Amino acid sequence: MTYTYTPAKPPLTESTDQLRARIPGWGVDLDPKDRPSGTKLQYQPDMTGAHWDFPDRQPEKWPRERSIEHKFLTPVFGTACPPRRLSGAIRRYSYKKYSEGRAAHWLLLMAADRVDAWENHVVSFASLHPDNPITETGVLSEFSHHGLSSRLGKKRADLVHQPLDPIIVAGPWVVAAWVGLKALRKVRGKR
Amino acid sequence: MRAMVYRGPYKVRVEEKDIPPIEHPNDAIVKVNLAAICGSDLHLYHGMMPDTRVGMTFGHEFMGVVEQVGPSVQNLTVGDRVMVPFNIFCGTCWYCARGLYSNCHNVNPNASAVGGIYGYSHTCGGYDGGQSEYVRVPFADVGPSLVPEWMEDEDAVLLTDACATGYFGAQLGDIAEGDVVVVFGAGPVGLFAAKSAWLMGAGRVIVIDHLEYRLEKARTFAQAETYNFTEYDDIVVHMKKITDFLGADVAIDAVGAEADGNLTQHVTAAKLKLQGGSPVALNWAIDSVRKGGNISVMGAYGPLFSAVKFGDAMNKGLTLRMNQCPVKRQWPRLFEHVRNGYLKPSDIVTHRIPLEHIAEGYHIFSAKLDECIKPLVVPSAS
Ligand SMILES: NC(=O)c1ccc[n+]([C@@H]2O[C@H](COP(=O)([O-])OP(=O)(O)OC[C@H]3O[C@@H](n4cnc5c(N)ncnc54)[C@H](O)[C@@H]3O)[C@@H](O)[C@H]2O)c1
Ligand SMILES: [Zn+2]
Ligand SMILES: [Zn+2]
Repeated sequence: MTYTYTPAKPPLTESTDQLRARIPGWGVDLDPKDRPSGTKLQYQPDMTGAHWDFPDRQPEKWPRERSIEHKFLTPVFGTACPPRRLSGAIRRYSYKKYSEGRAAHWLLLMAADRVDAWENHVVSFASLHPDNPITETGVLSEFSHHGLSSRLGKKRADLVHQPLDPIIVAGPWVVAAWVGLKALRKVRGKR
Repeated sequence: MRAMVYRGPYKVRVEEKDIPPIEHPNDAIVKVNLAAICGSDLHLYHGMMPDTRVGMTFGHEFMGVVEQVGPSVQNLTVGDRVMVPFNIFCGTCWYCARGLYSNCHNVNPNASAVGGIYGYSHTCGGYDGGQSEYVRVPFADVGPSLVPEWMEDEDAVLLTDACATGYFGAQLGDIAEGDVVVVFGAGPVGLFAAKSAWLMGAGRVIVIDHLEYRLEKARTFAQAETYNFTEYDDIVVHMKKITDFLGADVAIDAVGAEADGNLTQHVTAAKLKLQGGSPVALNWAIDSVRKGGNISVMGAYGPLFSAVKFGDAMNKGLTLRMNQCPVKRQWPRLFEHVRNGYLKPSDIVTHRIPLEHIAEGYHIFSAKLDECIKPLVVPSAS
């Protein structure tokens, strides 16, 4: 029997009573008007514990980068990781120059993220806490948490691209080491 | 204090950081009892979210105890056991006054297109998150709620994001009695969305994923009918076949930016970062619903453009609804549902990871090892 090409809707295999019996709570939020997010944009003056119209302003301890789509620095903001070094300069430029509507804004921020990671890796090697790609990637959990049996014989769609991950992570390190080694040899050869 | 710290794509570690100070009169400092790793954290971890800075502490799903309050805080006192919505919001801007807490205009200078989120890059405001021993909680009079005495910590922590988001996702689907609802993704958000669809009177709830152990959970936890998309040549055609070629009434995207199922989409988004996200599940949703149907997008996408099949959505007359979840708006109802036993958030927790082992935690959740569905982070176990 075909329903879809007629005015009828294909029937369900379970009746309301069957559903109610099988699923605890079935239909308790049946009324669309009585759902917490059922209404959008309805003014609700008493829904919060706020006691201000406009909040106090948090002190700005360094020039805080902001979207040019905002009228001013928002009264409250995060203070994690102030922009620094080259990555910081790229970030500040991107915020100052491009709105969120521009691809350049996001592409520059992504580029700054890559620069930031490398700046920090390099700096860490001169510190007491150098980056360690083995411990920081948590790959050792492959041995303790069934890396093989979680994948073998499974029809997982992500298995085709998972081999890219170690290349993405380790690749740049290998290249950096190779370039470093070559440079060293050259310097030695010149002597 | 000890805190999770991002060190670049696929790399995190635990570092010693200063306990965050009060920076605004309405701040509180919360000592974290429990945090969770969310599917959204994976987008940061994989370096997909612009302006994710090395040194940032992630974690937007957490609960704990008030350690210190700023001078203008009236509704919380030191020692209160609180749950904190993942949204940071002021309570009084144009958006907050209309219940759009996730779209607050007063908390994120970095972008006007998204509100403030704990530990979720500078694009979401540059706040450190809760995968640490202590965290700064702005607008302490507005965001956090006391955890009801009868509620367990593990249920409370999941109500700060995953459970509230799944429930919100089902609402945006505008489910009517007897509707056929298909949920893409059997992660925490998808599982809660599927479960919530029944509460709203769905007549049939279908869950799609490629991870068999998660589909198993969708059957037992959410009483859903499940399909593994790798077993079908074309999952969209299969959805048509099982709905007498009408399509589902409602589809919920609970996958987001790193969707699998189309290698080009996945690699250009998740690996090469050439688009904001891989919209495979969203496109399947668009093609799987009937004409005039509803799509609810809970999956998160980056701010760059994504290759979405907009023409199909237009020609089919679909309604697309989406947002970051305004978490606190869901709580009074969800507290009732948890108390009545209709929802048991902690049922999906599979791993409890000491903060010191955070790198393993991220890898296990990211690579989907050890049948992981929802990992919690326990700072005090360190
Ligand atoms: N809107 C919000 O407020 C909000 C809140 C929390 C999470 N999120 C987003 O929701 C999404 C899911 O979060 P989660 O914690 O459940 O993450 P998760 O990574 O645990 O779950 C995603 C699931 O989708 C599956 N999947 C991948 N490709 C698929 C496809 N094409 N079809 C069907 N399933 C597919 C994966 O196997 C996985 O089980 C993420 O994008 C996250 O950022 C949004
Ligand atoms: Zn989340
Ligand atoms: Zn606001």
